[in-house]
Amino acid sequence: MVEMHPEMQFSDLGQQQEIARLGIWVFLATEILFFGGPLLLYTVYRGAYAQGFAAAARHTDILIGTANTFILLTSSFLVAWATEAIKKDDGRLTALLFGAAVFLGLVFLGLKGMEYSNEYHEQLIPGFGFAFAEAERNAALLFFTFYFITTILHAIHLMIGIVLLIVIARHAAKGRYGAGYNAPVFVSALYWHFIDLVWIVLFALIYLPGRSGP
Amino acid sequence: MNAHAPVNYLTTDYRLSSWFTTTDHKRIAILYFATITLFFFIGGMAATIIRLELATPAGDLVTSDVYNRLFTIHGIVMVWLFLVPSIPTTLGNFLVPLMIGARDLAFPKLNLLSWYLFVAGGACVLYALFVGGLDTGWTFYTPFSSTYSKGNVFVAVLGIFIAGLSSILTGLNFIVTIHRLRAPGLTWFRLPLFIWAIYATAIILVLATPVLAMTLLLMTLEREFGVPIFDPARGGDPLLFQHLFWFYSHPAVYIMILPGMGVVSELIPCFSRKPIFGYKFVAWSAISIAIVGFLVWGHHMFVSGQSVFAGVVFSLMSYLVAVPSAIKVFNWTATLHGGWIKLDSPMLYALGFIGLFTIGGLSGLFLACLAYDVYVTDTYFVVAHFHYIMVGATVTAYFGGLHFWWPKITGRLYPEYWARAAAIVIFFGFNLTFFPQFILGVLGMPRRYHVYPAEFQVWNVLSSGGAFVLAIGYLMPLIYLSWSIFWGKRASANPWAATGLEWQTLSPPPKYNFAVTPTVVREPYCYTPEALPQNG
Amino acid sequence: MQWIPFFTPGDSQYSNDVDLLFVGLLTASVLMLVLLFGLMLIFIVRFRENSGVKRPHPAEKSWRWEIAWTSATALIFVIMFAWGASLYVRIYRPPDDALTINVVAKQWMWKAEHPGGQMEINALHVPVGRAIRLIMASQDVIHSFFVPAFRLKHDVVPGRFQSLWFTALRPGTFQLFCAEYCGTDHSRMTGSIVVLRPAEYQDWLRDQVGGDTLAAEGASLFRSLGCSGCHAPGSTVHAPRLEGVYGNPVPLSDGTIVPADDRYIRDSILQPRSQIAAGYEPIMPVFAGQISEDELLRLVAYIKSLANAKRGAQ
Repeated sequence: MVEMHPEMQFSDLGQQQEIARLGIWVFLATEILFFGGPLLLYTVYRGAYAQGFAAAARHTDILIGTANTFILLTSSFLVAWATEAIKKDDGRLTALLFGAAVFLGLVFLGLKGMEYSNEYHEQLIPGFGFAFAEAERNAALLFFTFYFITTILHAIHLMIGIVLLIVIARHAAKGRYGAGYNAPVFVSALYWHFIDLVWIVLFALIYLPGRSGP
Repeated sequence: MNAHAPVNYLTTDYRLSSWFTTTDHKRIAILYFATITLFFFIGGMAATIIRLELATPAGDLVTSDVYNRLFTIHGIVMVWLFLVPSIPTTLGNFLVPLMIGARDLAFPKLNLLSWYLFVAGGACVLYALFVGGLDTGWTFYTPFSSTYSKGNVFVAVLGIFIAGLSSILTGLNFIVTIHRLRAPGLTWFRLPLFIWAIYATAIILVLATPVLAMTLLLMTLEREFGVPIFDPARGGDPLLFQHLFWFYSHPAVYIMILPGMGVVSELIPCFSRKPIFGYKFVAWSAISIAIVGFLVWGHHMFVSGQSVFAGVVFSLMSYLVAVPSAIKVFNWTATLHGGWIKLDSPMLYALGFIGLFTIGGLSGLFLACLAYDVYVTDTYFVVAHFHYIMVGATVTAYFGGLHFWWPKITGRLYPEYWARAAAIVIFFGFNLTFFPQFILGVLGMPRRYHVYPAEFQVWNVLSSGGAFVLAIGYLMPLIYLSWSIFWGKRASANPWAATGLEWQTLSPPPKYNFAVTPTVVREPYCYTPEALPQNG
Repeated sequence: MQWIPFFTPGDSQYSNDVDLLFVGLLTASVLMLVLLFGLMLIFIVRFRENSGVKRPHPAEKSWRWEIAWTSATALIFVIMFAWGASLYVRIYRPPDDALTINVVAKQWMWKAEHPGGQMEINALHVPVGRAIRLIMASQDVIHSFFVPAFRLKHDVVPGRFQSLWFTALRPGTFQLFCAEYCGTDHSRMTGSIVVLRPAEYQDWLRDQVGGDTLAAEGASLFRSLGCSGCHAPGSTVHAPRLEGVYGNPVPLSDGTIVPADDRYIRDSILQPRSQIAAGYEPIMPVFAGQISEDELLRLVAYIKSLANAKRGAQ
């Protein structure tokens, strides 16, 4: 393992590690509030246009949505495994698991792209020849606006997460981290879990309405 | 180098590139000083033209469209590019590590990134304001901003978004630093109250700013791509924009005022030569303001059509959030009792702060009062109220802090005579500018009016005259403080005989702040009635 | 309240209450200000650095003071809150016999429409001593209807009806402002409220070149937009009849019951699918974006005029 020195403002690596962990938690608090605005809009508009939202949600692709949920959950598991691996000084396994998670992330993005492309052909993209049954058009527009804004923001976060995991995986493979110092692994894993968590919420809001009950 | 001039953070490296790549919190504070001073004068210029225009009831100096752009420039620049970053990024950046005995903030590179983001955001805003113009007002209410405005909304919002990211990173840095980098023995209840205030501010920065960023992003998407989000013509609700906007923008007022309260809590005990009265109450009141401040946003919407029930709840919460502010004022006053009070220029600013903040706060009680708010909201009463808080209080505290820590920051003393004169000119100029606006509000003059009925003129003329005095007041420190950098007397390490850790190192501090990490064994503000050293 | 300098008298049924509230708030504030500034001044002078006065021992218990001033301010604040809130609630309870006048705001003018079909721009004539209920709508951006002499203000938000009521106490002409920034000529979006004696008001109404009443114009819109094709007697389509609907509770298909007020009728025209009356199919076309605020107000006036009509054979 390569010898690490704490940055000059810290007294030791342990302190640097603690600080990185606190930093990412504060950052995630910001991120949650960032997604809060659209979630509030969704709640209000779904209350106002329950039937329209249900009708619009039935046009989403639940097959891809479910597959993607499964893929992201699996990737989160791999990332969690990686944080355990680095505690046992296994940088290679950590890098490998991060690599696998990156691959799953890319698959997710690919499927998401396919879904967007289908939606373009079905004329479901607001602002790009949106067409919907006249009666529910306004509600569907609001729904799909929410859908595209949140999923695109999620995809941007995922891309950042992928770059982050690649960088950290390379460092891990070179043996920069170990049982003593593994804050970057922990921090990037936590960020990845957050992305996953956002998706789970979005999945419930986007794919499930209008698909059960009468 | 000789013993008289030990190497400090300013003299370690003279190359310009060393400034733009620095991760030293003290140098970054200086970068912020320069940037926000520039923005302060841009915003101030716009205000000057506005006050000139309003000296007569007819619109004879500028056209309506230009007038609308001027108050938009004034609002956006002053709120997001001056007031929000003012005390936290300058005094906060400089003092937080020094006051807690740390060598730097927790994330020095992130700190520098914050400044670059701030500059980039500010540049975008300026570009939008001067190329294409912006006439939405700083509040960006939809559907005007998203559908009807012809201004350069997109670039302005991009700028505010980026500046917001900068705010968030600064807040994050402060929270982590205050949690984890305190010197040995420096427990939470030994922290200076300025640190408590910055901590409360940082919480708001981190939790409120992302909501603003998202809200403005949504508004711009509606504008640029024609997708419905708040558009009433397609089933959207424009009031949702207001709810989201004020969810940030009301706490933003506390982002501006809390650090000012922190500064004053340092100045009052130092110049009264005794410990602050009710330390824990002052500390906790900052935290409770930060928390309750998140629950009062609806008081901006009493006449907007939100439900009567919501109005009643938000009114009650607004009165609740006023209680901790009152607690602070009473504690500062009680601190004066039995002290050995010396009226140096920082103390004059601090007392001016209490006076202006009290008037602003009391006028807030009128606005929180539902039936009276129906009458005076969106009139000059509101304009006067928030200027008393955001300019009267915050800027006065900022100047007070600047004078207090100037010897520490620059290692120089400024001419005390001029500093006292400026404090007095600012105080009277401010009141002359804004007190007549309370009367205008009570008479019913709406805000953002380019032309107005002639019966309001006398008060507008008084206000414009006051603005002239105030402008002189603000220019004075610019001149004598700049002068002092080159020709001021050299300051000792602790010219005020103050107790904070920042005074235990040299003036200006060395690059890594402390030769040896200090250990804290006492409560803060252990002041004794010893005479202050003369620094005339 | 004439003894206060610079004060302009109010002229609506609760302007006196608002002014009294103002005096109450002002008195409390001035007392607090005098107390605080007085103490500060005394302390600064008495305990100035070089005064020889004996300083009290600082180690007294401070929390008694803290509790005293915290509870005192909290009590004053709660009284202020309760006073303001009780008055505020009254603004939203119009009396039943109020005269309804429609107000449409747009960049940058106010248009008033009287029930008899009389229209005016940037002016509003009302009779003295009679409760007036304004139904306000905006064609474009948010405006705010502000009459300082009445101590009244309400935003006019596009996409919904806002209502406001007042009773003018004295004849005269009063300033109307737009109080919410609405673009270039925001400061020129002003007008006057002309309060007339009842007889003068009747004369004024008669002198206006009135077309049909609003309800009559609404009735012709009702036919030209095709509403009558389904909602009129004898229609083959299964649609609710509108006689006697206004002001009564309507059971919805989701089991809830809502009052058929202006807002409900507006929403049902614009977004008929969001609230479906029980027992009917959601077949009505959406009118959002198809008709203007003026037309909407006329349709609502027409449907209101049917409130007391007898329901024909179903």
